[in-house]
Amino acid sequence: MDFLILSLIKAAIVAFVLLTALAYLQWIERKVIAHIQLRVGPYRVGPHGLLQPLADVVKLITKEGVIPSHVNKLFYIMAPWIAVVLALISIAVIPFGPQITVGPVTTWMQLTDLNIGILFVLAVSSVGVYGVALGGWASNNKYSLLGGLRSSAQMISYELPLALAVAAPLLLANTLSFREMVNYQSGYWLGFIPRWNVIPEIFGFVVFLIAAFAETNRVPFDLPEAENELVAGFHTEYSSMKFAAFFMAEYANMVTVTAVATLLFLGGWQPPFPEPYSDFVPILIFALAGLIALYHGLNPARRKDKYTLPAAALLFLGLAAIFGLSLFVPVLKEIVMALFGFCGKIGLLLFLFIWVRGTLPRFRYDQLMRFAWIFLFPLSMINLLVTGLVVALSSK
Amino acid sequence: MTALIFFIFAGIAVFCGISLVVQKHPIASALSLIGVMGSLAILYLQLGGEFIAAAQVIVYAGAIMVLFVFVIMLLNAGAEGTSLEGSRFAKYLGILLLAAFLGLISFIIQAMLPSTEGVVFGAFRGGTAVEIGRKLFTAYLLPFEVTSVLILIAILGAIVLARKEI
Repeated sequence: MDFLILSLIKAAIVAFVLLTALAYLQWIERKVIAHIQLRVGPYRVGPHGLLQPLADVVKLITKEGVIPSHVNKLFYIMAPWIAVVLALISIAVIPFGPQITVGPVTTWMQLTDLNIGILFVLAVSSVGVYGVALGGWASNNKYSLLGGLRSSAQMISYELPLALAVAAPLLLANTLSFREMVNYQSGYWLGFIPRWNVIPEIFGFVVFLIAAFAETNRVPFDLPEAENELVAGFHTEYSSMKFAAFFMAEYANMVTVTAVATLLFLGGWQPPFPEPYSDFVPILIFALAGLIALYHGLNPARRKDKYTLPAAALLFLGLAAIFGLSLFVPVLKEIVMALFGFCGKIGLLLFLFIWVRGTLPRFRYDQLMRFAWIFLFPLSMINLLVTGLVVALSSK
Repeated sequence: MTALIFFIFAGIAVFCGISLVVQKHPIASALSLIGVMGSLAILYLQLGGEFIAAAQVIVYAGAIMVLFVFVIMLLNAGAEGTSLEGSRFAKYLGILLLAAFLGLISFIIQAMLPSTEGVVFGAFRGGTAVEIGRKLFTAYLLPFEVTSVLILIAILGAIVLARKEI
């Protein structure tokens, strides 16, 4: 029974944090894009628009769910839930940190460790396309159908370079389990260069990231929902919670894909510097952020900044204090350092996703396909072959 | 517990299999087939074939069936008209014959394999990726290579057929 209760607690924590993070990821995305475009973004609901995600959720739940008369009802209702369930399910095998001991309980910061964890994520993501494809088809609408078709063609094409790019670090580490993958990447070359897979596998990492953009239907590969051609693509006919489910699925996929990239290429929760130095990184970052916020709060550019920015500063300084405290409490240190390393890397990759969305224009459809088959696929193939050769030669 | 999970997913597999044949719309049939493959993957997992389970989902449910669904959507195939308009007598006779046929098959299997032991969940330990890789490149090297040549021929055939139209 201990196992059951522990699993339930862990699942509850992960689900709560993940769903909140998904809502706020959207706020962050709107803010970052707004600042890239010299706007302020959401600003009305709560300080700096911080309550905007809450307002959006309330709006989406209370809105009338219109089901158009010409749709295939069963599949129309099923599609968004397929998309969101399959998007959320892969988080179950993602490890967030090492084994920890809290009081009498010793557990991994992970819901479950499969021997085939990486294959599981690939399998779930390869089935995930049905949500989008079905939604497009069941809407019984030309634009939606084209969106769904584009999405399935795109996902089949980019699955290949993605899988090949994933295979290269697997060859290096000789495992399919995320935990062992991260353990393989611990330690440092020459005492200061982290032994992350991204260094020998830089091409694999780049291919993985590009394919990940396509797999999550993000700009510059968001052809399935290209507004200027397809109205809104596969979710044109969807409203209220069914639309929200598609939306959530997109963000959950982004989180999963960045988490996988972190685990396979960026060393998971391993810190980028050797032990004594890495302990001070989060303290420095949060203290600096707190001081900057405090400075701007004392010299407010806008009227309300007098109150909001010092509050933010307090939050950052508090975080810095927690990390400072953790230097003296080993139990706390293991948890917060692992979380900082893991979430920091995921956050940077997510920021990259948003940054690219604010920067690059959309590909044309033929360019998208040609790019996958003529450039990305051969590159990942060569990368895999070279990696295999090196592994074979060095293993003797 | 394992037996419960087995019966749930075996039931889903059989249900989806029947639904695959009975459904009138091609998309619904394709989705039923995905259901069959998904529940088969769970059964493989229960029997200890974890790699096969993952491959089943990635290759069949993920890649091949996506292609199926894609083609059905692209051709926009509509619902098929029902062709099962036989007489009522034929239907009842059909049920009887089906039952007799299934009974015969189960009898033959029982007669041929009299001493088969029952399957034990979790007893099989050779289903990891490492084991399968080792077996593929030692004991089953020839069939493995022959299969790869077969697939190569299929790819070349597809290109040749497509070339004519380009």
